[in-house]
This record gives sequence, structure tokens and C-alpha cells, in this order.
Amino acid sequence: MHHKIEVENLEFTYPDGRKALHGVTLVVQPGEKVALVGPNGAGKSTLLLHLNGILRGQGTIRVAHLDLADGNLGKIRAAVGLVFQNPDDQLFSPTVFDDVAFGPLHMGLTEATVRTRVQTALAAVGMQDYRDRISHHLSIGEKKRIAIATVLSMEPEILVLDEPTAGLDPRARRTLINLLRQLDMTMLVSTHDMRMVAELFERTVIMEDGRIVASGETATLLADPVLLARHGLEMF
Amino acid sequence: MHIHLHDQYQQAQTLIHGLDARVKVILTVLFILTVSLTPFGAFGAYIALFALIMATALLARIEPTYLLKRSVVALPFALAAITLPFTVPGQTLLTIPVFGGLTVSAEGVIRFVSILIKSWLSLQMAIILVTAFPAILWALRALRIPPPLIAIVSLMYRYLFVLFDEAMRLLRARAARSATQDGTRSGGSLAWRGQVAGRMAGSLMLRSFERSERIYNAMLARGYQGQLLGLEHGHLRSRDLVVAGIMVALLALILLLSRI
Repeated sequence: MHHKIEVENLEFTYPDGRKALHGVTLVVQPGEKVALVGPNGAGKSTLLLHLNGILRGQGTIRVAHLDLADGNLGKIRAAVGLVFQNPDDQLFSPTVFDDVAFGPLHMGLTEATVRTRVQTALAAVGMQDYRDRISHHLSIGEKKRIAIATVLSMEPEILVLDEPTAGLDPRARRTLINLLRQLDMTMLVSTHDMRMVAELFERTVIMEDGRIVASGETATLLADPVLLARHGLEMF
Repeated sequence: MHIHLHDQYQQAQTLIHGLDARVKVILTVLFILTVSLTPFGAFGAYIALFALIMATALLARIEPTYLLKRSVVALPFALAAITLPFTVPGQTLLTIPVFGGLTVSAEGVIRFVSILIKSWLSLQMAIILVTAFPAILWALRALRIPPPLIAIVSLMYRYLFVLFDEAMRLLRARAARSATQDGTRSGGSLAWRGQVAGRMAGSLMLRSFERSERIYNAMLARGYQGQLLGLEHGHLRSRDLVVAGIMVALLALILLLSRI
């Protein structure tokens, strides 16, 4: 089952007074893979952190047909797999196994189910042999894939990734892109990797200064050099 | 570049590695308790306890030299007892002509050496225990240690390395820009150097603080509700009970003999 993200008129101000989101409205259709691009500080990460209620701004958010409200947080967090930009923040447990098991355990699943889920999630990212490893000793590419496994094990309807290819060498990047292509789920991915955007995402959303400034078919947007230049983006 | 601590010994398949983690934790605590209960100057008991450590290390296929090297970190802490030779009354060994004559007593020296040996013995056993850290966390949880403490230890274990790497990057960045010109000395005054070091420490603290917030968010995003959960790591087997029984008997025997 695929689910939908609906964000309407979302405003958010950081505690230090910096306004990060100015009325963002965004709909991601079930099964759609959408890229979120824009310069650093445009509010991409801030927006993503709203999608499972880590940050709470003003406006309405509906995820997987659930209103984002205190009573629904648990269900929404199970439905939205949010992968953070820095895998060292995402992988906080002593071993890979513990990290991938963290989500399922906190969902209250039985031990047998947790073990199967961990197995399946690690297999999905091609890291089955790493279950007893210590995250610190892995390469960035390996850490990124395991970070994705840590949310896949929760079997979310929606995958939200923050700069998945940042800091990867070409081979690790290619592995990751292939992995994202295989995953058949609703996906919202913030990135600076325009070639990946062109290759992987049907739709692209451009953000700048806390606003969505353009949204449409990736091919159309990327073919508009004036638009890209205006928002500090370039294709090659 | 990463730092590695003791992880190279974690994967072995030996009798000791295969023991239930709870048994290992309890036996280690009992061992340390025995060490602290043996009287001062019971050198025969110390040798017996040391033999026990070496036997365990042998079974766990840990090189004795590795164990000895690692356990040296205990020595500076034992120096807290350095005043004992001067303060414990007893037969005078020698008098040092400072502060109007410090007398060193035989009883004091024995007590100091005993404390040194005891802390060193305790630490060696603890090092053997640490051969499987994640299992120990589970054992502590199973032994009903308060969850916040376990969470702290668990996160410390994970991020100590990350922090260390970060500190090394800071130091390297400083080294890379610490250039000299002909005729001038590099680095400026001591006060200035101190200021640089202080700012680096501050920046490391701020970074850690921000990181802790991101980690907490990552935990929330996966359903964290204030308590770290874990799976069962194993069940008590008869082998665990046999090893525990032998160990407890040996410890009791050593303690008894040292006390008569």
C-alpha cells in the first residue's frame, strides 16, 4: 500500500527567531518519488523533519491519511521512515543489528518478527553480513545503506531521505541510486545531486528561502536553465 | 582514520566468549569483590587471583601481554594511595629528609603495594569481561540496572569513537595551519595557545551538544519513548552454571585461605 503526504501552509520559526518555512504547501501522491532541491538553508531539512513530527510548526500536515497530532505520532513515525543526513546520527546503537532492530522493537513487535524484519531490511540494502559489526568501523557508503535499513525494518509506507548521496564516492553513490530505484514506495528525497534527480525522480520541487518556488516534472524543470540559475542550481 | 579499542578480541568463539553475559558480569563483580576483601599483604592470594585471570585469558584466547598493557591504566588511579607509606603508623623503614623528616613505615608500604596490586587485578578481569560489549549492555539490562544508566553507557560506547575522531580532526586542522616563517617562532605566546586550545574544546562541546540533539531526533523518528529496548541475547545453559560454580568455589577458597 502506498501513501500520501499532504502539507498545507506550513510555517516554522526556529527558537532563535530565524523563520525557516514560509507557508509551504506540498502534496506527494501515493507511490510518487519526488526530489526536493534548493540551496543550503532553503528549509529542505526543516520541512523533512516536520513529516514525522520531530519539528512542529503551524499549518496542517496529513501523512498516510493521518493528521499530524500528538495522539497519532506513534503511527505516523511507523508510517514515515526518515533517514537523516549524517549516518553517525542515525546509527546510535552499539551494533548494526541493534540499530536495525531499534524501530521494530519500539513498535512493540515480537522477538521473532523483529529478527525477521532485521534480516529482510539488511538483505534489501545488501548488508546481511554486517549485522554484528560495530557502526563506527564502517565506511560512509555502508553506513548510509544501513541507515536506510534502520527505517526499512519498520516497513514504512513513505521514505523520506535527507541528502542520501552526499559524501559518497561514485561506486557507493551508484549502489545507493540503484537501491532507491528498487524500493517501491512513496519517496521524498532532499538532495544536491542533480544527476541523480534527473535519473530517478519523476517530479522535482525547488525550495528557496523557506518557500516552494517551483514544482513540476523533473524533465521540464531541469530543461529550464534560467529557472535553475535563479535558484543557484546547475545541471552539470 | 579511526581509533580502535579492544574490538579485535570480540569475535572469537571460545568458552569464555560463549558464556551468558549475565554470568560474566556477575562473576566479574564477584571477582572484584573477592579482590577487595582479601587482606592487605596477602600476596599468596594475589598470586592465586592472578593465576585465575591468566587461566581465564588463556581460555578466552586473549594474549597476556595485551591484558598487561591495557591494565596499566589502573596505575595512575592507585597513586591516590601514595600517602599511605607515610601516614600509616608502624615499623620505620627509612626517613626522607624533607618537610622535617618523612618516615616510611613497613605497614604503609605493604598497604600501598596491596592496593596497587588489587586495582590492577580487578581491572584485568574487567578487561576480559569487556570482550563482548553489546552483550554486556544487555546483561546489565537483564540484571535490572536502571535504564538511564545503561542508555548513557551504550551511547557513550558508540560516540566515544566519533568524538575522538572529531577531536583528531580539530587537532589536525590546527596542525595544518600552524606554519612558521623564517626567523619567527611558531605559535605565539602561551596565553594565545591556551586560548586556541580553549576554543577548540568549546567548539568540540558545542558540536557534541548539537549532535546529541540530532541523535535524539533520530531516536524519536524511530519511535523512541524514553526507554532503550533490546532483544534477549541468550539463555542460561548448564555450561554457564558449571563455570559459575567453579569460579565461585575458587574465589571462596582463595578468600578463605587468605583470611586465616
